[in-house]
Amino acid sequence: MATTDTDTDADTGTGDAAAGAPARAGGSSADGGSPAADGGADAGSAGADELGAAGTHLSTAPTEGQAVPGSFGGVRAPGVLGALAWTGREVYGWLRWCWRQLTSMRVALLLLLLLSLGAIPGSLIPQTGVDPLKVEQFKAKHETLTPLYEKLGMFHVYSSVWFSAIYILLFVSLIGCIVPRTWQFVGQLRGRPPGAPRRLTRLPAYTTWRTEAEPEQVLAAARTVLRGRRFRAHVAGDAVAAEKGYLREVGNLLFHLALIVVLVAFAVGQLWKSEGGKLITEGDQDGFTNSLTQYDDFKSGAFFDKDNLEPFGFSLESFDARYEREGSQRGTAREFRAHVKYWEGADGKEKRTSIEVNEPLEIAGNKVFLLSTGYAPVITVKDGKGDIAFKGAVPFLQQDANLTSSGVVKVPDYRDKNGKKEQLGFQGFFVPTWGGADAKTMFSQFPALDYPVMFLTAYHGRLGIDGGLPQNVYQLNTDNMKQFKNPDGRAFAQKLLPGETMTLPNGAGTLTFEGIKTWASFQISHQPGNELALIGSVAALVGLAGSLFIQRRRVWVRAVPGKDGQTVVEMAGLGRSESAKLPEELADLAVALQADAPAEAEPESESPDPAEGARA
Amino acid sequence: MNLAAAANENLANISNVLIYSAMAVYTLAFIAYITEWVFGSRSKVGRTAAALAPTAGAEKASTVTVQVKQQGGGTAVLERPKVVTRSAPGSRDVPDGPGAAGGTEKGDLYGRIAVSLTVLAALLHVGGVLTRALSVERAPWGNMYEFSITLSMVAVVAYVVLLASGKNVRWIGLPLVTTALLDLGLAVSVLYTDSDQLVPALDSYWLWIHVSCAIVSGAVLYLGAVSTLLFLFRDRYETKLENPDGKQPGAFATSILERLPSAASLDKFAYRINATVFPLWTFTLIAGAIWAEKAWGRYWGWDPKEVWTFITWVAYACYLHARATAGWKGRKAAYLALIAFACFLFNYYGVNMFVTGKHSYAGV
Repeated sequence: MATTDTDTDADTGTGDAAAGAPARAGGSSADGGSPAADGGADAGSAGADELGAAGTHLSTAPTEGQAVPGSFGGVRAPGVLGALAWTGREVYGWLRWCWRQLTSMRVALLLLLLLSLGAIPGSLIPQTGVDPLKVEQFKAKHETLTPLYEKLGMFHVYSSVWFSAIYILLFVSLIGCIVPRTWQFVGQLRGRPPGAPRRLTRLPAYTTWRTEAEPEQVLAAARTVLRGRRFRAHVAGDAVAAEKGYLREVGNLLFHLALIVVLVAFAVGQLWKSEGGKLITEGDQDGFTNSLTQYDDFKSGAFFDKDNLEPFGFSLESFDARYEREGSQRGTAREFRAHVKYWEGADGKEKRTSIEVNEPLEIAGNKVFLLSTGYAPVITVKDGKGDIAFKGAVPFLQQDANLTSSGVVKVPDYRDKNGKKEQLGFQGFFVPTWGGADAKTMFSQFPALDYPVMFLTAYHGRLGIDGGLPQNVYQLNTDNMKQFKNPDGRAFAQKLLPGETMTLPNGAGTLTFEGIKTWASFQISHQPGNELALIGSVAALVGLAGSLFIQRRRVWVRAVPGKDGQTVVEMAGLGRSESAKLPEELADLAVALQADAPAEAEPESESPDPAEGARA
Repeated sequence: MNLAAAANENLANISNVLIYSAMAVYTLAFIAYITEWVFGSRSKVGRTAAALAPTAGAEKASTVTVQVKQQGGGTAVLERPKVVTRSAPGSRDVPDGPGAAGGTEKGDLYGRIAVSLTVLAALLHVGGVLTRALSVERAPWGNMYEFSITLSMVAVVAYVVLLASGKNVRWIGLPLVTTALLDLGLAVSVLYTDSDQLVPALDSYWLWIHVSCAIVSGAVLYLGAVSTLLFLFRDRYETKLENPDGKQPGAFATSILERLPSAASLDKFAYRINATVFPLWTFTLIAGAIWAEKAWGRYWGWDPKEVWTFITWVAYACYLHARATAGWKGRKAAYLALIAFACFLFNYYGVNMFVTGKHSYAGV
């Protein structure tokens, strides 16, 4: 037995005796595998008993003896010390048993299956991390399911305890497998290919011929031929043993290692990320400056330092939107382009650029993505005294694909005609393309500004924004407000075209629809670990290709003197997987070797064709 | 409407006509394949049964020729030494069936006609996809219709390429053409979308990379899935033949299954396909993540399509691992492969139709 195998057996076979099963180092036991076992592992294609050492560890898939549960402690010596020793052995035995189970191929396979099963509910049930609004809608709809789902973590499957448990166990299993496999592989690299089995005829591919050349010459030539083809070859006894395709295992280990790198990169990204949204109206000089208060909403990972935001900012100069006007996809967006001015660093110069949907702006390690767009009517409100109480563009939020938008105008500093302090609130819709009075619908007909119209109703009272509680700027809390009424008692509401003014009842003031601006919403995100994830994935891909496309195989050439004084040359090959190419390769090698060990005519009746011997 | 738009409209119409013509020719090919199977059933082959008799499983000797390059550029054909091959212990040493034609001349004639028709239909199909691409002036993968017609095109072209390279794959012709017809039928009826430009979110060169890989993976994995399914039938058939005392396969099952390649060949074919495509599918996943990072600001966001791509990936990983695990080889691994392909199908149709996510474009 070659040193390699003794080494590796010592590695993988430890404890088997204790567990009640001897370490079986035969080819067929090698297919026990591990999570790191490569795909093509039809290991041990030849019988274990016949091949002996030759077939072993053509992969480094750990040999898996039967880990039989039971008493690991053995004989219990009398006395306290004996009991302690027994307990120690027992505990150690069980722990080792569990570890062997966890790192076994079967459990790894089970965990993989569980992982894919566990990922399913998250794709069917709304997830807080993906769309919190949908989660709320779901909860409102399903009263009985919600508490159950909440207990099971169904609204955040991918950060739930059970899902984490699956993938953490899987990765522990993976590490528990690739570490020993790596050592084993290093051992194989330091050792030599195992010597030839006694009966080469038993191998999956076999050929033989007779030659006049001396056995030593044949072996030397075989060694040269095999080494010339980048086999690791050495002469062991009466045969040359050679092996090739070690990169398969390298690829295999690299792939699984790379998966760990990707997982780490993902974790880093989750823990140190920050992500926030900001809506900016066209021409708004203030724009956005990267500080916490400037964000409309902000999320960050557990370890993100909120005081350490990079200094940069940008503002929206103008926005181009183009929509399909023809055909079945009328109204579908064709182009969104935000022209922005941005600066970077404490005293950075202003630069201009544009942001598109697939082309984010990169500033100071952050990326600014264009998310959506909409309209902001420019509104001027005059109070009862005729003074301007509010002036500005008010972003209305999209309600449907044709950009029917809803919004509110809050006027906190207002005096009525008697000079009494009060607050005003307007609420309503904006449609970029109104269907006209005949259309019987208030909804927009097209997303571009073809026939912009705004419908508003008005309230007075207290907005409730002085209480110090944060309030949604896009919603009007009418609890403490009264709607303006027409003289006939119906609620006051009016349609406005750009340039038109509505006059509130009883001289309460006016609202002028001055014009329309476009707004764009941006996502500013900072996600470390992206490069690491990319490196990990590329390494995984390379490793995967190596482990699936490279064949590992062994070839033996034996040359012994025959009875008639000629030398009998035998060649045989053994593949890790049942490769169709192995016989071809063996034939190739034989042809190459026959240059130095020319075949003699077969004396026996094996080849009735007399030309047979002269060939090759 | 300007001139360019009119030209595009024309091209789109030509594309539709070509797709419909391809469907017509596929139907003819379908009929020819059926005829091949029918004529083939008249031959009494019985080779499989004979091979599974207790004496079977002897060593096979094969003599192969090798081309050796000589100095000076010439090549000489040498006879190789005889290489004796042995299959793994425990596996059946069964020869492949004779194919649908069953060795009958008439069956073979119809089989050849079927293959020719398939090639013709594939050409029309390719033409249909190309004109569609020209009419929209971009990669023709902007919606489910375009995705579907390209998917079946790649599957058929892969089949034709395998045939041309001398692989024994004619047996896959009938199921392939049947599903190509189903896929095209679904595409033109349910999924049809007028030729149009892209929504901004899809307007990226990653469309070329990510979607083309997804299509090629799916199409080729389909061939693997068909082979796996047939493996399951053929494997059961061979198992029954192995115990002459047990229940024997019926006449109809025998007629069909004995003409298929051996279970071992089907399994090997399926494995090679799946193992070859798995890295490509991995790349699809990675390319999608890179694109998502560019378009949406995160490379992984648990979007339903992402999740199902991941599930499919893990399912295929399960299959590859199962083949290396004692107790899971063979049938169980094959079931896993079918589950994995079902995941792919759900990812492709189901996610777009039943789940809303970021991968819904142009209606579906």
